Amino acid sequence: MRILIKGGRVIDPANRIDAQKDIYIEEGIIKKVSTSIKVNKSNVKVIDARGKVVTPGLIDMHTHLREPGREDEETIASGTRAACKGGFTSICCMPNTQPVTDNQAQVELILSKSQKEGWVNVYPIGAITKGLQGEEMSPIGELKKAGVAGITDDGKTVENSLIMRRALEYSKMFKLPVISHCEDKNLSAEGLINEGYISTILGMRGIPRQAEEVIVSRDIQLAEMTGGHLHIAHVSTEGSVGMIRRAKRMDIKVTAETAPHYFTLTDEAVKTYNTNTKMNPPLRTRKDVQAIKQGLQDGTIDCIASDHAPHLEDEKNQEYELAPFGIIGLETMLPLIITELVDKKVLTLREAIKKLTVNPAHILGLNKGTLSPGANADITIIDTKTRRKIETFESQSNNSPFIGCTLRGFAVCTIVGGRICMAEGELVAG
Amino acid sequence: MRLRDRNLLGIETLTPEEIKLILDTAVPFKEIFTRSVKKVPTLRGKTVVNLFYEPSTRTRTSFELAEKRLSADVLNISVNTSSIVKGESLIDTAKTIEAMKADFVVIRHSMAGAPHLLARTITASIINAGDGMHEHPTQALLDLFTIRDKKGKIENQNVVIVGDILHSRVARSNIWALTKMGAKVTVVGPVTLIPSHIENLKVKVAYKLDEVLPHADVIYVLRVQRERQKQHLFPSLREYSELYGIDMDRLKKCKKDVIVMHPGPMNRGIEISSEVADSNFSVITEQVTNGIAIRMAVLYLLAGGAEKVEEGE
Ligand SMILES: [Zn+2]
Ligand SMILES: [Zn+2]
Repeated sequence: MRILIKGGRVIDPANRIDAQKDIYIEEGIIKKVSTSIKVNKSNVKVIDARGKVVTPGLIDMHTHLREPGREDEETIASGTRAACKGGFTSICCMPNTQPVTDNQAQVELILSKSQKEGWVNVYPIGAITKGLQGEEMSPIGELKKAGVAGITDDGKTVENSLIMRRALEYSKMFKLPVISHCEDKNLSAEGLINEGYISTILGMRGIPRQAEEVIVSRDIQLAEMTGGHLHIAHVSTEGSVGMIRRAKRMDIKVTAETAPHYFTLTDEAVKTYNTNTKMNPPLRTRKDVQAIKQGLQDGTIDCIASDHAPHLEDEKNQEYELAPFGIIGLETMLPLIITELVDKKVLTLREAIKKLTVNPAHILGLNKGTLSPGANADITIIDTKTRRKIETFESQSNNSPFIGCTLRGFAVCTIVGGRICMAEGELVAG
Repeated sequence: MRLRDRNLLGIETLTPEEIKLILDTAVPFKEIFTRSVKKVPTLRGKTVVNLFYEPSTRTRTSFELAEKRLSADVLNISVNTSSIVKGESLIDTAKTIEAMKADFVVIRHSMAGAPHLLARTITASIINAGDGMHEHPTQALLDLFTIRDKKGKIENQNVVIVGDILHSRVARSNIWALTKMGAKVTVVGPVTLIPSHIENLKVKVAYKLDEVLPHADVIYVLRVQRERQKQHLFPSLREYSELYGIDMDRLKKCKKDVIVMHPGPMNRGIEISSEVADSNFSVITEQVTNGIAIRMAVLYLLAGGAEKVEEGE
C-alpha cells in the first residue's frame, strides 16, 4: 500500500523536524519526508493532514494487557485496539499476568498472539524475578532472546537489595533497562491513598511518599554501583523527581517515566470515594504535581507512560478499600498531555512528542519513534484543536477518573507498519 | 429550616446552622422520654433498615429505639464481617434493600466511604452510623448535645480529646462538629496515633496530657484498641495507661466543673479508671440517653421535618 500524507505539521523530534511537510510511505516503510511530494504512481492513498500534526507513532512503555489470565478485564486484542484509538503504534506489556512473563515460551506466546490479533506493535517486558516472587532471577538472557524490551517486577519492588543489584548487573550484558516499581511495602502498610490531610479527613490508611522515595534512593545507589540501566516507573512525588535529577547530574544511568494522572490530579479527587482515583502509587498533592511538571520540563522525567491498568466495573464498584488499584489510560493520555501540558505551556508540543516517541524508543532500544526514511511507517496524526468529552472506550474496561472531562488533542489517524488502523478517529478493521 | 442533604454521611459537610437545628430538634424529643407514652407518629408507614456490617449493640439499639419511638417499621440486617469478602457485595445488598422500598438505611461499616457508595446506589436516605475511621456523625451530634446540656454552650469550651485520634471516626466527627460550633479543641495522644495534618482542622496537638488537662472544660476519652500494640503504635497498654489514662489523680488537677465523656464501650482501667467512669464528673450514661433523642431528631429532619413534633396518641 502506498500512502501520501499531505500538508501536515510534521514533528519528528528524532530528526529535529518541526515544519509543514509531506510524507510518502510504500510497503510499510517511510520513503520520503519533504515539502510538496508528488507521486506519479497509481493506487496512492492520499491523507489530507492540513491543520493536523503528524508525528512518529506514539509509544506507551507501560501497559497492562491482562492476557493471559484476566481476559475478562482486557485482552491483547482489546488493549491494542485501545492503544490504536489513543494514537499509539507500539506498547510494552507488563509481565504481571497469570502466568507471569518470566520465560521464553510466554514471550513467544504474547508475540505470536499480538501478531495475529494485535492492532499495534507489542513489546513484552519480562519479569526480573521468577513469578515476581523477588527470590530468584528469571532467565534474563533467554527473555532477551525471545524479544523482551526490558525487565520489571512491576506491581512490586524487588525487596531484596542483593537481587536488585544482580539484576542491574546482569541485565547490562543484554542492554535491557531494569524498570523499577518503587514501593517499600512495609512503609505503604496496606495504605489506600496518599498519606496527608486528605487521608486524615477521609479516615483512610495513608501511603507516605517515602514509601516510593526510599526505594528510588536505593535503586539509584544500586544503579551507580553497578552501572546498570535503571528506569523508574510512574514517578509520583517531588522527592523522587529531585533524586532522579541529582542522579542524572552525576551521570548515573537512570531514566524515568510518569503517568498523566500524576500531573493532572491530586488526592483531592479521592474525596468523593470514587474508586477510579485509586491507583498505585496514589495521587499525591499539589506540590508533587508541580514538581512532576518541572521534572518533565527540565528533562528529569524522560517519558510519559499510561500505566494502563484495566479492571472490571464490578471490581471497581465496591468499597474503596476493596476496589483494586489502577486505571486505564491509553485513550486519555494524549489529550491529557495536550490539554494539561501543552495548552498550559508546561511543554511545547515538540517536547511532549519527544517524551512519547524517541525517548521511550531510546530507553528500550527500539528501532522506533522516528520518521527517518527507511524506518517502519508507524505514524500518528493528531488533531490538536477539537475538544471532546471522554465517554466511552475501546478498552474492555472503563475504569477512568477522566470520564466526563472535556479534553483537547486527540489522535485521528494511526498508521502501523504502513497500514492505516485508525482513520478520522475510527478504527479500521484490516 | 431543613437539612440541605437527604443523607447524613458526615459532619464535614454540615453548616453550623444545620448542626444547631439538629440539636434544637432533639430537645423536645428528649422531653418525650419523660412521658409515660414515649411514641410519636412521625415515621408511621416508613421503613428503616439498620444495616450493620460491624457488630455494635450500643449504636444499633440506640437507632432502633429512636426509630420505634417515631413509629417506623424497623428491619435489622447484620452482615457478618467475614462474609464481606466472600458473600454478597454491598452493591447487591443495596439493590435488595432498594427492592424492599426502604425509606432510610442506617449503615455501620468497617470501611470508610461505604455509606457514600450506598448513597450513590439507592434512593433511600442514608444515615452513616460509623464508617471505618472516617465519620460517626450521630455520635458527634449527641456529644455536642450533651456538652450544651451540661455547660450551657459549646462556644469557647476547651475540649481535650485523648487517645487514638488516628483510628477514630468519633474523633474526626467531633473535631468537625466542635470546631464548627466554636469550641477550642486539643487532641492529645502518642505521636504515633495522631494523624498527619490534623492541625489543618484547626485543632491544637499535644503529647503531654498533664499539660493540657488543667484548661479542659471537657475531657473526651477515646477507646484504645488492644491490637494497636501489635502495629508498633505503642509499646504496651500499661505504658499507654500511664501516659494517657484518665484517673482520679489526674482529675484532681482539672477544673472543678470538668466533665468526662466516652463514646463507649470503655476499657476500664486502661483509658479510663472505673472510679472516674462512675464519678460525678462522668456524663457517659447521659450520652447514651441523648443519643436516642439525637437520632430521633436526625430521622425526623431527614424525613422532611415538616410536621411538628406531636404528642403521643
Ligand atoms: Zn507499578
Ligand atoms: Zn504498572
